[in-house]
Amino acid sequence: MIKTMKARVYITLKKGVLDPQGKAVMGALNSLEFKEVTDVRVGKFMELELEDSSREEAEKRVRKMCEKLLANPVIEDYKVEIG
Amino acid sequence: MKFGVIVYPGSNCDHDCYHVAKHVFGQEAEYVWHKSHDIKGFDCLVLPGGFSYGDYLRVGAIARFSPVMEEVKRFAEMGGLVIGICNGFQILCESGLLPGALIMNRELKFICSDCFIRVENNSTPFTRTYGKGQVLEIPIAHADGNYFVDEETLKGLEDSARIVFRYSTAAGEITPGAIPNGAVANIAGIINEKGNVLGMMPHPERACERELGSTDGRGVFESLIKVLV
Repeated sequence: MIKTMKARVYITLKKGVLDPQGKAVMGALNSLEFKEVTDVRVGKFMELELEDSSREEAEKRVRKMCEKLLANPVIEDYKVEIG
Repeated sequence: MKFGVIVYPGSNCDHDCYHVAKHVFGQEAEYVWHKSHDIKGFDCLVLPGGFSYGDYLRVGAIARFSPVMEEVKRFAEMGGLVIGICNGFQILCESGLLPGALIMNRELKFICSDCFIRVENNSTPFTRTYGKGQVLEIPIAHADGNYFVDEETLKGLEDSARIVFRYSTAAGEITPGAIPNGAVANIAGIINEKGNVLGMMPHPERACERELGSTDGRGVFESLIKVLV
């Protein structure tokens, strides 16, 4: 079996970009009596399984994936965690 | 003139665009499969509406890597005329041919309705048969038509008259209430710096025949034909 490793990618909407989904979720929470919630931002979480390599190399590659496809730099920020 | 209508897996307005070019305006038209590298002989490429690749990940995100997009980019660089309608507009933004991005509608709903847009710039190859400030009634049909762009880029678009269509009232007033989807600055359509790539959310191809309610979309095709014939 090929040895694999995991990468986790968090994609969030940039500050200043309207998040209609987050607004709707916040409204729902508020109406469920969770009045303390003052803002919600909905993002994406992805788990990638990769062929084993060094952490540095894996991170470099996953960041490249984010820049090329997984995130749109016009509206989104991303964060990568390896292992 | 010859229109090339790009067909992605999931396109669903390709037939409408083809029909309008060929049968309403009597021009040559051909479908171009997204895997094709052959776009020789076309005067205008149309990126139609639909849900390319299921719009997975983000609208237009996967379609931009279709093999044909390399050719579309090259064609645009050489000054070829490209129009992206709805999903086509989203693909043009994702591919960097147009600035900004289209995100989920403010009210989270898919909106299918007629709307009014005002022609802000009628000196483009896509709008020259319209009058400046003319109000058009053209349908929209999208879930992600909420145009976003950062303030600096927006200013650039405004200063260089690159906002071609804005959502307006029937009387042509640009008001926040006229925006159906949350788009910044009422933006319904923009053009690139060079003036040969247009993206718009409303569907002009659905407003070319009286039977369909409005013929206000005809001007887009008439302008193109006038430029190229």
